[in-house]
Amino acid sequence: MVKRFKMNSQAGKETIYSDYFRKSLANNQPEWLKNLREKAFAHFTENGFPIVQSEEWKYTNVAPIAKENFLIAENANLTQDRIAPFVFDESRTSVLVFANGGFDKSASNLEALKNARILSFSEAAADEKLAEIFKLKLASLVNYEKNGFTALNTAFVGEGAFIYLPKNSKIDAPVQILYLTEENKISHPRVLIVAEAHAEATIIETFVRGEESKYLTNAVTEISLADEAKIKHYRVQRESHLAFHVSTTAAEVHRGSVYDTTAITLGARLSRHDVELKFNSEGGEAFVDGLYLLGGEQHHDTHSVIRHDVPNCTSHQTYKGILNDKSRGVFNGKVFVAVGASGTDGYQSNKNLLLSNEARVDTKPQLEIFNDDVKCSHGATVGQLEEEELFYLLSRGLNEEMARNLLTYGFAEEIVNKIGVESIKNQLDEAVLNRLNANLEI
Amino acid sequence: MLLEVKNLHAGIEGKEILKGLNLQISKGEVHALMGPNGSGKSTLAKVLAGHPSYEVTKGEVIYEGKNLLELEPDERAREGVFMAFQYPVEVPGVSNSQFLRLAFNEKMKHLGEEELDPLEFNDYLKEKAKVVEMSSEFFKRSVNVGFSGGEKKRNEILQMAVLQPKLAVLDETDSGLDIDALRIVAEGVNKLRAADNAIILVTHYQRLLNYITPDFVHVLADGKIVKEGGKELALELEEKGYDWVKAAGK
Repeated sequence: MVKRFKMNSQAGKETIYSDYFRKSLANNQPEWLKNLREKAFAHFTENGFPIVQSEEWKYTNVAPIAKENFLIAENANLTQDRIAPFVFDESRTSVLVFANGGFDKSASNLEALKNARILSFSEAAADEKLAEIFKLKLASLVNYEKNGFTALNTAFVGEGAFIYLPKNSKIDAPVQILYLTEENKISHPRVLIVAEAHAEATIIETFVRGEESKYLTNAVTEISLADEAKIKHYRVQRESHLAFHVSTTAAEVHRGSVYDTTAITLGARLSRHDVELKFNSEGGEAFVDGLYLLGGEQHHDTHSVIRHDVPNCTSHQTYKGILNDKSRGVFNGKVFVAVGASGTDGYQSNKNLLLSNEARVDTKPQLEIFNDDVKCSHGATVGQLEEEELFYLLSRGLNEEMARNLLTYGFAEEIVNKIGVESIKNQLDEAVLNRLNANLEI
Repeated sequence: MLLEVKNLHAGIEGKEILKGLNLQISKGEVHALMGPNGSGKSTLAKVLAGHPSYEVTKGEVIYEGKNLLELEPDERAREGVFMAFQYPVEVPGVSNSQFLRLAFNEKMKHLGEEELDPLEFNDYLKEKAKVVEMSSEFFKRSVNVGFSGGEKKRNEILQMAVLQPKLAVLDETDSGLDIDALRIVAEGVNKLRAADNAIILVTHYQRLLNYITPDFVHVLADGKIVKEGGKELALELEEKGYDWVKAAGK
C-alpha cells in the first residue's frame, strides 16, 4: 500500500494523514497495540515534530524533513541480488531484512539463528509463549511523549521484528539487521530485542542506501538485557547522502549484564541518533561508544542519556567525531547518577577533529550527580591534529599528507578497532580511508 | 664528513638557546653530547630533526654535502636522519607495524628500492625486534599507547633499527630507564653501531656511557661546546660535576 503523505509541523492534523493512520490500524493487531498506536498518534497530532526552541533539539533543525512529501509503503520487492551486497560474510545465514520499514521475513535468512526466536510482530502478538513478554517489553524503554519522531514510529508500528534470546542461549553468528528505504519513502522500522538471563549475542544494525536518493528512515530499537546477558551491538548508518535519518536506541541493563554498543555514522544529509540506557539493577556494565565521520554539508546529532538509578554500575562512553568540509556535528551526552546510586563508575568523553575551517561541532557532555560515593569523569575536545604527533610521524619519513591522514585514521580506528566482526571492521577501515581520500596502504 | 655544524644559533619563541655551536661528525663515530639542563643539548637534537617550533637564526648545518636546514623534517628522515625522542609520542589507533611499514616503505620509495608488503615487512620487523628484545605482541599495539617508559624508549630504538639511519640522534634516551631497560636499549644501540653510520648520544648523565663507549665527548654549556675529549672526559665530568666545565666556558 502506498499513500502520499504530507509532512509539515502541522502534518498530524491533516486528514490525509489521519486517513492513512486509520486504514493502517484496521489490520489484525491486538487491541493493546492498537491502543498504544492511537495514543502515540494522538500525541504526534497534537505536538508534531520537535522544534529548535526545544532544548533537546536546539542544534538540529528538522524543518527540512517536515517540508518533504514522503510516501509510506511498508514493503518492497527486494530480490536477493539487491540485498546481498549489504550482508556481511559472517551474517549470511543470520540476517533480518527490513524493506521500507517493514520486516520482510521472506527476504531474510535465519538459518543460523535456531537458538533464538525471530518473530514478526504479528507472529509475536499471537505466539503462545512469547505474546506476554512482547506486550510487556514493546515501547517500555522509549517514551514517545518526549520525541515526536518516536511518537510517529510508534503510531505506525506494523511488521517489526522481535528477537527473543532464550535463557542461556549463545548465538554465534552475528545477527545482522539490514534496513533499506527506497527513494521518496518514509520508513518506520521497529525492533525489540529481549535477551534472557545469560544469553549472549552480537547484533549489527546496518542502515544502507539502495541508491543515492532522498527518503526518511525513522527507526526505533529497544533492547532488554536480563541478568548476566551479554549483548554486543553495532550500528552502522550508511544512508544516502541525500537522505534523512532519525533513530532511537534504548536499552535496559540488569545485574551482571554487559551491553556494549558502538554507533558508526557515515551517511545521511541530516541525522539524529538518540541513545538511552538505564541500569535497572546493581552490577550492570555498559559501553556506549560512537564515531561520526562527516563531510560535505552533512549534519549529525547524537543525544545520549545514561541513567544510573541503582548502585554499583559502570558506564564507559567514548564518542569521536571527524568533520570535514562544511559538516556539522552535535554531541549531547547526559550521565545521571540518582540519589542512592553509590559505587557508580561513569566515564564519558567526546573528542572531535575538525579537518576544515568551515566544519563545526557543538558538544555538551553533562554529569548530573546526586550521590557522593561515585567515580565519574567527563571531557570534551574540539581541535585539529596535534603538532607534536604530526612532527613525530614526519620525523620518521612520512610526508605531511600521509602523516595527517594516518593520525586521522588512528583517531577513528580507536573506535573501529573495538569491532569484533572482521568484515565490518574492514568495511569501516575502507570507509574511513575513502573519506580521507587517503592513499594509505594500511 | 657526514655532518658539519658551523656557528649554529637557534632558539625557541624568540629565546636564543644555541649560541654558536660547532660540531663535526664522520661515519663510524659515536659522539656523546653532554651538559647541564638548559645547555642546549635537546635543542640541537630538535634542530637537526627539523622541529617546527625551533628557529635557526644563524649558522649552517651541512649533511652529506647538503644544506640540512633547507630540508623538511620528512625529507631529512628519508635522507637518513633519525631522532629518538626524549618523550616518544603516542599515536592511538595506528599499530606499530602499520606505522613502521609506512615509514620504511617511504624510505624505500625515496631510495628507488623495492617496497615490502605486510607479510614481508612482518618478517623484517621480527628480525629487527630482536635488537631490543621486543616481542611481536608490540607490533599490533598502537604506537606507544600504554607502553611503559622503558618500552617507549625500546620502541624508539626499534624504529632506528628498521629505518637504518645514517645519522641517529638519541635525545636523552637513557632518561627514566631502570637498569634493565637501560642495558637493553644500550645493547640495541651497540648492535646498530656501524662503519656507515654515526650516532649522537644526547645525555645528562654518564651512566649510559658505561654501556655505549663514545669516540668523542662534547660538553655543552650555555649553547656552546665548552670542552671536548675522549671517553675519559665523561668520567671526569661524573667526578667533578658540570660547574667545573661551566666555569671553563666563561
